[in-house]
Amino acid sequence: MARKLKIPTTRYPVERFTLDNGLRVVLAPDRTAPVIGVAVVYDVGIRSEPEGRTGFAHLFEHLMFQGSENLEKLAHFRYVQGAGGTFNGSTHLDYTDYFETLPSNALERALFLEADRMRGPRLTEENLRNQVEVVKEEIRVNVLNRPYGGFPWLKLPPVMFQTFPNAHDGYGSFEDLESATVEDAADFFRRYYASGNAVLAVAGDVDVAEATTLIERHFGDVPARPAPPRPDFGEPDLTEERRASYVDRLAPLPAVAAAWRVPDPIAEFDAYLPYVVLAEVLTDGEASRLVERLVLRDRIATDIGSYLGFLGEPFAVRDPTALLVQAHLPPGGDADRVLRVIDEELDRIATDGLAPGELARTQARMAAHLLRENDAVLGRALQLAVLEQQRGEPTLLNELPRRIGEVTEEQIRSAAATLRPQRRASIVVEPGAGR
Amino acid sequence: MTVSEREANVRTVPPLGPHRQLKLPRQAERRLANGLTVIAIRRPAVPLVELRLWIPFARAHLARAALLAQTLFTGTDQASMVEIAAELQSVGGSLAAGLDPDRLLVTGNGLVTGLDRILEILNDVLTSAEYPRAEVATERERLADQIQVAESQPAHLARVALLRRIFGRHPYAVQTPTIEQVRAVQPAQLRELHDERVRPNEAVLVLVGDLQPEKALDAAERALGGWPAGGRTSTLPPAPELTPQPFLVVDRPGSVQTSLRIALPAVPRTHPDHAALQLANLIFGGYFSSRWVENIREDKGYTYGPHSVIEHLRAGSTVVVAADVATEVTAPALLETMYELGRLASLPPKEEELEQARQYALGTLQLGMSTQAGLAGMATTFAGAGLRLSFLAEYAAQLAAVTLDEVAAAAARYLAPSRAVGVLLGDRERIVTPVSALTAVECADEGS
Repeated sequence: MARKLKIPTTRYPVERFTLDNGLRVVLAPDRTAPVIGVAVVYDVGIRSEPEGRTGFAHLFEHLMFQGSENLEKLAHFRYVQGAGGTFNGSTHLDYTDYFETLPSNALERALFLEADRMRGPRLTEENLRNQVEVVKEEIRVNVLNRPYGGFPWLKLPPVMFQTFPNAHDGYGSFEDLESATVEDAADFFRRYYASGNAVLAVAGDVDVAEATTLIERHFGDVPARPAPPRPDFGEPDLTEERRASYVDRLAPLPAVAAAWRVPDPIAEFDAYLPYVVLAEVLTDGEASRLVERLVLRDRIATDIGSYLGFLGEPFAVRDPTALLVQAHLPPGGDADRVLRVIDEELDRIATDGLAPGELARTQARMAAHLLRENDAVLGRALQLAVLEQQRGEPTLLNELPRRIGEVTEEQIRSAAATLRPQRRASIVVEPGAGR
Repeated sequence: MTVSEREANVRTVPPLGPHRQLKLPRQAERRLANGLTVIAIRRPAVPLVELRLWIPFARAHLARAALLAQTLFTGTDQASMVEIAAELQSVGGSLAAGLDPDRLLVTGNGLVTGLDRILEILNDVLTSAEYPRAEVATERERLADQIQVAESQPAHLARVALLRRIFGRHPYAVQTPTIEQVRAVQPAQLRELHDERVRPNEAVLVLVGDLQPEKALDAAERALGGWPAGGRTSTLPPAPELTPQPFLVVDRPGSVQTSLRIALPAVPRTHPDHAALQLANLIFGGYFSSRWVENIREDKGYTYGPHSVIEHLRAGSTVVVAADVATEVTAPALLETMYELGRLASLPPKEEELEQARQYALGTLQLGMSTQAGLAGMATTFAGAGLRLSFLAEYAAQLAAVTLDEVAAAAARYLAPSRAVGVLLGDRERIVTPVSALTAVECADEGS
């Protein structure tokens, strides 16, 4: 076996400050390319939307692009793209992000655009109706009109969880989306899109002093509103196995996904981290446990993947969350058998431990993945913003490769030992195509 | 806030700062004695290396080539599939192969300290891949399953239909093998194909990362200098000109959306019209702030992610316009699409539309160059067309110089709706009649 490899890290300088209105700011200068990533993250996501308003957090994200205090509809897109940049936003379980990547000469423009919508989007009946239609098309193209739509991120939470915030469909029902009102949107904005509930991160080709001045200029007079109290979304762990299945009328082949609760990703970070590494030991590449066993040896799965959090973002999710394993099966595949073999392999790790070099090579590959995400200014800005928001610790970005490298075999074994069938929630996709 | 307060608070959008010149990274290039071209590009931002190996593969037997891409790393005379993967992983690396109608492309990355080891493993695979029977059998079934799943996806089905419509009898017309063709492939055929086509003669290796370019070339030469030249390459005839035809309706009973796809003629990156065509396409539908997206999404709400892109293959280029629209608005969405194409083909755009598109095109060149992976992708794509990164500077100058008249001329020539070749994949019963009111349609035979 090769000598133990030294895991490299990054040393992005990170500056933090808070404006008088409560807006937290993170700057990470890096002048290796003339581009910047700008991200604004609000501490509200799918889990916060009210009953009867499924999909509202995502619908509202769309409304944040429909004009703002000083900008007409369409202006935001035109100003970003007319500066040579790209933009988007996305809605997650615990946060919603808005972001741009731009040539660095557009820094002040990007700050203006984000500050303007932080002061207030233009919420009109016409824009709301238009975006309800757009969101319905988004759901059709991503869920309703394709096989395995929403599998497993929309299909497994209702099996695993019992309270509305954790269990409901985050894309939303058409009925709920259609009944949304401008007043709902205004309330949602007032409550959650407060300066005190947001983080701004800028990464890339900036001078810290200049960026600080510009940020104060544009965000300094955004009216101060405090962050709303964060509800406790906690749920007790499973005490017995939960299973469900459904027929996907478009799917030609079966599939299965399973999930187990894991420690609190923030309050119990040291206990959580081994699960992040375990997921990679299980399915990263052909030399991983479950790929080797289920795909290459037993041939009972066509592909298999394991990850943390229903949206696969281990360092951007709060409690309660899960380790997931999902597999697509060959024709006539037996989901029960797949689950049994996964149990067997978890047992083997818990009982026999890992092979020589198995942990080190997994950690090396994980470090490469993390570094690669950080090479893009936007990836860095987004992660810094969420680390600040959820942990008050953006510099964890630089430390993650090392922290992952410090996870021990003993910790992996202990983590594997907790993934028992009686703590498992699973969902089976039965193929309905051609029936 | 009252109206007067709002007016008192009007703020103006700040102007852009001075433009930064497009700056090319440090790079070096060498052609090895076996014919392999190696390009090494320095971007030291993170301690990683990106690797791309471009091997010409035109006219290779489709099912065999697809399975070769999937089994290239399944074993050599020295190492099993799992050992290869574990060795790569131990230097933070991974390698995989993919196929398109022009080439086999090996893609990978890893910690830069592992570059020598990654190149060594790559060489082992290139020179002594074995295609073991059991592994080939497994991958054959996996590929068959993947194809079966692809055939249930509307995006794939629409693409299959469009390619046939565009390319007719040209090899580009079929880019996915059938399950039966895949199941018929034997390991000996993979070894034969490998021997014939996995050769360095006209291949290009691109390395980008935290490296010294000359030293990286040396490393590549040490590792791959012994990869023997030989075999044969094959070129394709030019793709046929698009011939206007009725819209093809492909039935997908019960589909809640129609997948609308339209092909229009285009030119290669090096053609004098390309910059003008790129800008015309942006103004039409090539980015969010385009006429078509603002119309059918932001005004009408017919669709979520409409897009229009210029696709380049070695033997031909095509504009592909794509939107998935609610079944009940299929005809109106098509009407708006043809209207926006026709409007741009017959009336010049406004100066500010051109400037906005130009800035976007120039800016996204900068963004594309700002990561190791982005640089590797660009350098590889260009190298496949016989170009180098220096083409970026040339092309940026062309974009900067394009005039309104040139954009209008390009739109009239390439984006005219009369030249459109289209496919509508959806619930035939519900869409044929409304669409027939707008244009000639023809229904696909069952099973085609």
